[in-house]
Amino acid sequence: MTKVTMTVNGKSVSADSEARTLLSEFLREGLRLTGTHVGCDTSQCGACVVHVDGLAVKSCTVLAQDVAGAEVRTIEGMANADGSLGVIQQAFQDHHGLQCGFCTPGMVMTAASLLKDNPKPTEHEVREYLEGNICRCTGYHNIVKAIMAASGQDVSAIAAE
Amino acid sequence: MPKDHGIGASSKRREDVRFLTGKGVYTDDMAMQGQVHAVMVRSTVAHGKIVSIDTSGALEMPGVLAVFTGEDFVEVGGNPAGWLIHSRNGEPMREPKRPVLAHGKVRHVGDAYAAVIAETYAQAKDAAEAVAAAAQIAELPAIIDMKTAVADSSNRVHDEIPDNVCFDWGWVEDNRAAVDAAMKAAPHVTTLELVNNRLVPNAIEPRASIGEYFPGTGNYKLTTTSQNPHMTQLLISAFVLGIPEHKLTVVAPDVGGGFGSKIYHYGEEALVLAASKKLGRPVAWTAERSESFLSDAHGRDHVTKIEVGATLDGEILAFRTETLANVGAYLSNFATVTPTFLHGTVMAGPYKVPHVYVNLKTVFTNTAPVDAYRGAGRPEATYSLERVVDKMARELKLDPIEVRRKNLLTPDQFPYTTPVAVIYDTGNYQATLEKSLELADYDGFGARAADSAKRGKLRGIGLSTWVEACGLAPSHLVGVLGARVGLYDAATVRVNATGSLSVMVGAHSHGQGHETVFAQIVADKLGIPEENIDIVHGDTSKVPFGMGTYGSRSLAVCGSAVTKAVDKIIAKGKKIAAHMLEAAEGDIVFENGSFSVAGTDKSKSFGEIAFSAYVPHNYPLETLEPGLEETAFYDPGNFTYPAGAYLCEVEVDPETGKVEVVNFTCADDFGNVMNPMIVEGQVHGGVAQGIGQAIIEQTSYDADGQLLSGSYMEYAMPRADDMPMFTVDHSCVTPCTHNPLGAKGCGEAGAIGSPPAVVNAVIDALQRGGYTHVTHVDMPLTPSRVWQAMQG
Ligand code: FES
Ligand code: FES
Repeated sequence: MTKVTMTVNGKSVSADSEARTLLSEFLREGLRLTGTHVGCDTSQCGACVVHVDGLAVKSCTVLAQDVAGAEVRTIEGMANADGSLGVIQQAFQDHHGLQCGFCTPGMVMTAASLLKDNPKPTEHEVREYLEGNICRCTGYHNIVKAIMAASGQDVSAIAAE
Repeated sequence: MPKDHGIGASSKRREDVRFLTGKGVYTDDMAMQGQVHAVMVRSTVAHGKIVSIDTSGALEMPGVLAVFTGEDFVEVGGNPAGWLIHSRNGEPMREPKRPVLAHGKVRHVGDAYAAVIAETYAQAKDAAEAVAAAAQIAELPAIIDMKTAVADSSNRVHDEIPDNVCFDWGWVEDNRAAVDAAMKAAPHVTTLELVNNRLVPNAIEPRASIGEYFPGTGNYKLTTTSQNPHMTQLLISAFVLGIPEHKLTVVAPDVGGGFGSKIYHYGEEALVLAASKKLGRPVAWTAERSESFLSDAHGRDHVTKIEVGATLDGEILAFRTETLANVGAYLSNFATVTPTFLHGTVMAGPYKVPHVYVNLKTVFTNTAPVDAYRGAGRPEATYSLERVVDKMARELKLDPIEVRRKNLLTPDQFPYTTPVAVIYDTGNYQATLEKSLELADYDGFGARAADSAKRGKLRGIGLSTWVEACGLAPSHLVGVLGARVGLYDAATVRVNATGSLSVMVGAHSHGQGHETVFAQIVADKLGIPEENIDIVHGDTSKVPFGMGTYGSRSLAVCGSAVTKAVDKIIAKGKKIAAHMLEAAEGDIVFENGSFSVAGTDKSKSFGEIAFSAYVPHNYPLETLEPGLEETAFYDPGNFTYPAGAYLCEVEVDPETGKVEVVNFTCADDFGNVMNPMIVEGQVHGGVAQGIGQAIIEQTSYDADGQLLSGSYMEYAMPRADDMPMFTVDHSCVTPCTHNPLGAKGCGEAGAIGSPPAVVNAVIDALQRGGYTHVTHVDMPLTPSRVWQAMQG
C-alpha cells in the first residue's frame, strides 16, 4: 500500500492504493466518490470517464499511482459553484438525455471534453465522439440532442421530438 | 398548447438531478459497515460432472472467511419457474430444480458451483481462482444445438429429462385442425424459416447484491439490482431459503437498467444472505461484465417456421408456426411464459385472420438461462408475422403496404376476440399506418432512393404493423394459464399532516421515470404542486406488496393503483369536508385542490382537510377514523394492446453489404400519454435495441458451449454512430377502456415493432437493387451475411 495524493474536483485528497488499484477503484472505494461508474471489464463502456489534467480518460484503464499529483475532475465536480446543474448537465435534463442514469456520468464527462475541443459539433461529430460510451437506455437520440443544445445550437429542428 | 404540469405534461425528471451530479445510489455504491466480498466460482465447461471441489487451499489464503459449494445448499429449496405450462398432451412441463449453487453437475459456462467470501474483493478473487484450480469437473458432451438436443436423448442437460424438452405447447390446440384445413385450401402459402437471434440484455449496471443479517432481531436485508423487490422477497422466502417473509427486507435502490434481466431472482442473492448469516458480516457481490454475459438471463433464441395462407390478392387466411425456443440450462422465473403466452397470444397480429395455430417446444441446452428481454415473446411473434406477410406480398407481387391495408382490423371491429384467445379492447391501426407513411414522407422515397443510388448505395424501405399485449396482467386469466402469482399492483398514498404526500408504489423505476410521472398523476388528480409529492419505491419494508416493473405494466397497472388510492383519499376528504362545512357529503365537490359545497363559496383547501385529519378537533370521529392514508390494489381486467406502424429506411452498401439505418419513423398508439417526453424516450431506447438486434447484436456459443461473444469486444452493442435520429409520434390515441388512466404501456413497443421493419427494408433494398434471389437473411444483418446473401 502506498499513499497516493492527487487533486480531485479542486481539493487535494489522498488515500491508500495498491500497485494494481485502478483510478476508478481509487475514486469509488478510496474516496467514496461513487458517481464514477464501472460498467465493464474491457474498457469499452465509458461509464467510468473522468478528466485527468483536462483530458477525458476511462478511469478503469489508469492505475491510481500513475496519476499521483494529477488534477482529476469527476461528475461530482461538474455542477456550478452554487450547486445548480452545469450547462451540459442541465441540457441532459432538459432533453431527457438519461434514463437509468448509469452511463450518464461518463456521457457528461465525455460531452464536456468534446465541447472543449469542438464548441459547435455537428450531429455526426457528436455521434463519432461518443464512440467509447455505451448507453443501453436512450437510443442516443436525446443524448446527441442534449450535447448539441449544450453547445448553444438550436435543436428544435432535429427530427421530431 | 402543451401542458406544463400534471397529466400530459413533459415534466422534467426529478430523478435526473441526482443522476447528473453523481449522487445516485446504486447497489455497488453502498459500503456497509464491516462489509466483506463474495466472488463466484464459475464453470469453464458447458457440461460436466462435479467430481470434487477441494476448498482447503483457498480457505487458508489471506483474508478468506468462507467457501460455499452446492453441498451447502442441498437442504434448501430451488429457484422456481413462475408459470406452470402444460404440453399439448396435458402433461405438466418438466421442471428441474435450480439450486443456489450447482450441485452434481455444471450445466453451462458460467454456472456458479462455489463462492468465496473474503475481507477484500481482491482476496476473494485470488481464492476463487484457487478453488477453480482445485475443483475436478469431468467434462460431458455439450448440448447446444436445439434440433440435436431434441433428437438425441442419449445426451441430457438434466438426467431425468430424456429429450431435453421442457414442454410441447399448442395455442390454441383446438384450432389446429381448422388451421391445417385452411392452409391446405389456401390458394397461396408462403413459408419462411427464420431465427430470432439470441441477445444479451446488457443493462449497463452489472447485477449486484448485498446481504445483511441482524442477529439482534433475526432479520435479513437484501439490497439488490432488482426490477421487482417483492417478488424476489417472496421467492427467497417461500421457495429458496425459507427465511420467513416478515424477517426479510428486499431493497432495490437506484438500478441501472434492467430490460428484463433484473426481473429474476438469481442464486447470488440467496448466497449473500446465507453468507451474511454464517459470518455475521454484510456480504457484497458485484458482477464483472464478463459474468453478466455468462450468467444474466439472455433473450429471444427461437428457431421458427411460419406459414401464411392467403388468397391471390393478399387476403390472409391463416397463420401456422412451429418453433423451438431455447430456455438454456435451467428455467429462469419467466422462462416458460415468455415463449408461450407472451408470444402465442399475439400471433394474430393486427390482422383479421380467422385461423391461427402456434406450436412451440422449449428446449434445455447447456447455455445460460433464456428469459424475458424487452418485449419478451412479442418481438418474436411480431418478427415472424411481419417478415412472412412481407414475403407473401412479394411472392404475390403485391405492395406490402396495400396488403396491410387490406388485412388490418378496422376500428369498428373492437372489442375484437382473436383466434388466439385474447380480446383487443381498442385500436385504430389504419390511423397509425397512415400517420407513419405521412411522417416518413413515403411518397418522397423514390427521390431519396435515386439520391442514394448516386452515392452507390441501395436504398430500401420496410414496414412493420404490430400490436402487442402488455400491462401484465389480469390475475384471474393468468391463473388459468398457469401463473403461480397474481399480477396486480399496489400503491399507498400517505397525506402528511402538513399536506405534502408520500406515495409508496409497488412498481420499480430503473430508468422509466416513475418518480416524476406518478407525481404528475397525483398532482393532477389532487390539484396540488408536483413538488409536494414524493414517490417511494423499491423497498419491501416501505411499499405495499407490488409485482414490480416489466411487461410495460408500471403505468397501466401500478399507475391505476395510484389513481384508485387517490380516489379513496378524495372520497375520505369529502367526508371530512362535509363535517367541517356542515353540508351533506353528496353536496361536496372536489376541484382544483379544494373541497367546496356545490353552488356556494364555502370551501376547504386540501391542506386544511389534511391537517384536520391529523389534528381531529373538528372532525366526525364517531363515524370516521382520523388520518389520511389509503392503499389500493389494482388488478387489471385485461391486457392492454398498444399498436403502431414503424417504417425503416436503410442504405445498403453493395460493395461491403453494410447496412445503415438512415431513417426510422414510429407512429404509436399508447392510449393516453402521461408524459410525452418520457414516452418518446422509451420508444427511442426500444427502437435502438430492435435495430441492434436486427443489424449487429449476436450471442454465439460454439459447439462446445463456449460463449464466443462474452464481452463488449465481441458482442456488438449499438453505439451512437449506429443510430439515426428517430421520428416518433403518439398522436393516434384510442384510450384503453379498462383502466382508469386509459393508458396502454410504451416500454417495450420499440423493441417489438422495429426488427422486422429493418429486415424488410434491407430485403426491399436488395430486391430493388436487382438481387431478387434474396428473400430472407437472418438477423443480425451484418455486412458478411448481407454480402453473402447478395452473392447467392
Ligand atoms: S468501466 Fe471503464 S470503460 Fe467500462
Ligand atoms: S441512461 Fe441507462 S445506460 Fe444510459
